[in-house]
Amino acid sequence: MIDNIPLNSFLVISTLMFFIGIYGFLTRRNLITMLMSIELILNSVNINFVVFNRFLYPNQLHGHFFSLIVIAVAASEAAVAIAIIINIYRNFKSIDVDNLDQMKF
Amino acid sequence: MSLNDIMFYLFAGSILTFSLLTVTSRRILRSAVYLLFVLVSTAGIYFMLNYNFLAAVQLTVYAGGIIVLIIFSILLTSHVSEKAVVAPVKQQIFSALAVAAGSVLTILTIFKFTFTPTTSPAVEANVKNVGRALVSYNRDGFALPFEVISILLLAAMVGAIVLAKKEKHLVNPSDVNPENTTKL
Repeated sequence: MIDNIPLNSFLVISTLMFFIGIYGFLTRRNLITMLMSIELILNSVNINFVVFNRFLYPNQLHGHFFSLIVIAVAASEAAVAIAIIINIYRNFKSIDVDNLDQMKF
Repeated sequence: MSLNDIMFYLFAGSILTFSLLTVTSRRILRSAVYLLFVLVSTAGIYFMLNYNFLAAVQLTVYAGGIIVLIIFSILLTSHVSEKAVVAPVKQQIFSALAVAAGSVLTILTIFKFTFTPTTSPAVEANVKNVGRALVSYNRDGFALPFEVISILLLAAMVGAIVLAKKEKHLVNPSDVNPENTTKL
């Protein structure tokens, strides 16, 4: 099904997605949008694992399971991060990183 | 150009456009919806690679779970009509330059490297093989990561509940100096 699509095109897609996520992480000021950028980064890494598994080592399923585990870690990370964000909002009435300098030394 | 190529370029194009829109859209709720499109297109790529179980997990956990969680928290913490604060133009330009340099370097490295696939026969990623490998404790089994991830999920769930629970003796919002919180 994927025989005529080269490996490199998948890798280029995931590279671009990774760096778009980094751009969002660097330029966004809202905690939730920064979390969304991290989800983009994790997702691009997942594509890499799966594509390497399928194209280079189809005799094993290691990349597949690594992606599954990354998805589970991303889910738990999102849950804890959103709990923290809601707590911050309750205390400071804002989730912009510019306003959160209370712990700054 | 076969149908597979068209499908691939469709998914790739939608991934790129929607991830760009995710990080540039001023409205937070819209960028959450664009992120949903990105994740669904990624599930489409997993389907193309014939990893049906992984694509189903991607659709249920990411598109069904995490996006709903993010949209809930957006609705709890900001108004729908509110626009996101943007970074200074100088910072945007430097971030874009760094990101462009990094992606060009990575793509050049990808095209220079020659990948050598294995010649062993392929194993099919159907639900039977996936389930067997997930609970097998042999050399190619994944019983230990499976258990670790289950404990991690339990810990994250308990931690999220404890963190988001309302407590009386937390910092009172009126105690926080408004000058400190509205600086910049």
